[in-house]
Amino acid sequence: MATRLIRLIAFLIALSLSALPAFAQDSLTPLVDALGQGGFPDRGRAVDALVATGDQRVPPILQALSDGDLYVRKADEKVVIARTASGGFALSEPLDGAALGDAAKADVEKIKVNNGLRGKIRTAIGSMTLMSEDRAIRLAAAQNVLKNADPAMLELLDQALAQETDPEIKSVMEFARASIVLKTDASIDDKRAAIQSIGAQGTRAAQTILINFLPSAPDELKVEVQAAIDSVGRTLAVWDVGQNVWYGISLGSVLLLAAIGLAITFGVMGIINMAHGEMVMLGAYTTFVVQGLVRTYAPGLFDYSLLIALPAAFLVSAVIGMAIERGIIRWLYGRPLETLLATWGLSLILQQAIRTVFGATNKPIVAPTWMSGSFDLGNLTITWSRLWIVIFAIAVFIILQLVLNRTPLGLQMRAVTQNRRMASSMGIRTPFVDAMTFGLGSGIAGLAGVALSQIDNVSPNLGQGYIVDSFMVVVFGGVGNLWGTLIGAITLGIGNKFLEPYAGAVLAKILILVLIILFIQRRPRGLFALKGRAVEQ
Amino acid sequence: MITQLVFRALDKKAVWLVLILVAIAVAVPASNLLLPTGHPLRIPNYMVPLFGKYLNYALLALALDLVWGYVGILSLGHAAFFSLGGYIMGMYLMRQIGNRGVYGNPILPDFMVFLQYKELPWYWNWVDMWWFDFLMILFVPGLLAFLFGWFAFRSRVTGVYLSIITQAMTFALQLAFFRNDFGFGGANGLTDFKDILGFNIQAGSTRAGLFAASALALALGVLMCSAIVNSKLGKVMVAVRDAESRTRFLGWRPDNVKLFAFTVSALLASVAGALFVPQVGIINPGEFAPENSIEAVIWVAVGGRGTIIGPIIGAIVVNVGKTLFTGWLPDYWLFALGALFIGTTLFLPKGIVGLFRRAGRQDRRPPGKEASAAAEAGVSPSTLGAKVEPAE
Repeated sequence: MATRLIRLIAFLIALSLSALPAFAQDSLTPLVDALGQGGFPDRGRAVDALVATGDQRVPPILQALSDGDLYVRKADEKVVIARTASGGFALSEPLDGAALGDAAKADVEKIKVNNGLRGKIRTAIGSMTLMSEDRAIRLAAAQNVLKNADPAMLELLDQALAQETDPEIKSVMEFARASIVLKTDASIDDKRAAIQSIGAQGTRAAQTILINFLPSAPDELKVEVQAAIDSVGRTLAVWDVGQNVWYGISLGSVLLLAAIGLAITFGVMGIINMAHGEMVMLGAYTTFVVQGLVRTYAPGLFDYSLLIALPAAFLVSAVIGMAIERGIIRWLYGRPLETLLATWGLSLILQQAIRTVFGATNKPIVAPTWMSGSFDLGNLTITWSRLWIVIFAIAVFIILQLVLNRTPLGLQMRAVTQNRRMASSMGIRTPFVDAMTFGLGSGIAGLAGVALSQIDNVSPNLGQGYIVDSFMVVVFGGVGNLWGTLIGAITLGIGNKFLEPYAGAVLAKILILVLIILFIQRRPRGLFALKGRAVEQ
Repeated sequence: MITQLVFRALDKKAVWLVLILVAIAVAVPASNLLLPTGHPLRIPNYMVPLFGKYLNYALLALALDLVWGYVGILSLGHAAFFSLGGYIMGMYLMRQIGNRGVYGNPILPDFMVFLQYKELPWYWNWVDMWWFDFLMILFVPGLLAFLFGWFAFRSRVTGVYLSIITQAMTFALQLAFFRNDFGFGGANGLTDFKDILGFNIQAGSTRAGLFAASALALALGVLMCSAIVNSKLGKVMVAVRDAESRTRFLGWRPDNVKLFAFTVSALLASVAGALFVPQVGIINPGEFAPENSIEAVIWVAVGGRGTIIGPIIGAIVVNVGKTLFTGWLPDYWLFALGALFIGTTLFLPKGIVGLFRRAGRQDRRPPGKEASAAAEAGVSPSTLGAKVEPAE
């Protein structure tokens, strides 16, 4: 009874130890060393034992054994990998490739393998890699084969292909096979089929393989290779356009977020709010504070801190916005240029206040897990944070449209915009509506700050970077029209990203600015101009 | 015609202002150069370029006032003209370094050697001749302003739209000058100047000379602006500011009036920038920042827009305040500047000059002047064809 218990405890200890990587290595070492012991049947059993571990470090060792690179060091009977160096062998540890110094030829003895063992090893490697039960291992193995394109792998690859069912892995394997076939002296027809197969991949990797193959291709295939390269090039060009469109939409959604609050204050109310960028900045700092609070008081909710920050940022910016409207701007209605100066002064004060309270350095904002990472869509790589910002921008836009068109407040806002005195005569409290409108615009800038904190540095200067761009978007789209702002933002975003590959990022931006200046000459009131009596003045 | 303009310019206030500026142009260098060190009335060496800088800012403010105060165009892009003038002066100064640079290349400025230029870009070719360079200081910003204004005013871009596109213009230029391959030294700009017109730029006498030049340039600017605003054209400018549509319907061409004012203003700003650079010893793309333009606007607002003396007072008061404030309480300068913006717009719409005007009501225009202006209207087309044809 007692012995059983002791055995159980010993077993459990061994189990827990083997879970640690350092000890796992130890547990593999004796198995590797066993390869050097006894005759061929013992070696066969040692191979089986290694395969049974399922450890991914095993296949390279078996490959080395099969290639005749595995030796036994006579001094301590340790199995090592030996490669010929000047005057002897350079030894290395089979498991991690660490160098073990040099040895004379007499100090080591080669581990012999026969054909039977070689066949066994091949099957074993296959079952551990390309034909593994685990999908992830198979995929990684197939990609590895593709990367090395080693003709020796062809036979194994064929076997694996025959039994592969997963379409993604199968596609990688076929790609790998085709690129290996190009390297072998296979028949012209086989190579032709391989070229077709690679051409059908339509990726940059495929194009590289074909371009590398072109100089060594047989003359009768050269035309086809060139055609395949061109066809891949065309596919890639389409994807490039798609990539640019996506980047453009992504940039456009950032511009939209930054500008849409301005479209309310500038577009609807006619107030030049140079402190708009600082409202965005306040939203970003609110996010920082909320994250800090959540981390301290409710760590379990940390992943949702951005969602908690949204209403907080809206409220902070909206309240400050309303205070600004009541305190400063309402004295300046009808004097837009003076409003510009006063709000500029305000932006200086807000920046300096934040700098005094939080310091001038960038504040770190942690991205929640559901916003980090990326996924592939064809040849595109889409990061989650960008995708969420696009979704968020669209959501903000829709909500704002609903507020303006479907709520009593929105109705009053539009009434005051269109004819202040008439609205006032109808009993609308215009000062209240002014404050609410300005608060709404500022609050939305705060929401933008939450989103922008994910992709930009949270510093007191955060808003400065967006103010010129936001004005461009609003002016380009046409004042007093949210749809104009949406289309303006997306157009500028996509235009910028399409110019970037040819002109570089800075020059693209300069070109866009110049184009807007020219555009304003043609249409001084933007894309979607308000028409009617209210337009003048 | 010219004499007529000059005589009009010499109304009492402008004469006093010009005389004061000329006196300053003589007195400050004289006090710095002639009095012994330690004398209580001697202006210390470091103050001479500092005061010179204030005078350059005052000229920039005057230029801005000509378009904002008199024509109602709020340009947020005057930093562009100021910096362009500065850069063109900087190009001349760079070429004067010759082989005294770090790399000792007789032709290429240091930054070009560093950025592996093989030869001078074409636009650097003639600037080593001072007369050509000084002509360019007037020509290039003038041309830019003329083209920009030509397009903007003809398509009736007004009000805040104009403010925003002028801001976009200076922002675009700033981005362009930040580029290394633009040929202006990238982010580092132009610096390490040695000589100007053969005089050592560090020498006290040269600095005094530059100060005198700044004061005289400002005096000239006052004379010019005063001549313009007191002419019939000046009255049309004010008319455009106060009621653009009505002016147009009366048969005048507001776009031409605006274009004239905008171009003259750009020239003045460019001269201010050109005198600014040798005194501070560096020009870099930061000068193009839209913020600088907006800061210049506040000088005008603080002093009092729509007057000749206002912007000069405003620029000097705000900048002296900035120098003192950033010395005492560097962290609070932005608070003070921001409060200045808000306070001026809310409580001092006519600026410091407005305060004095309110105090002394007797300082009003003689009634005869309006009458004579009305009599003049329509008698002869203005010098610049600002008028298309008589109303009838």
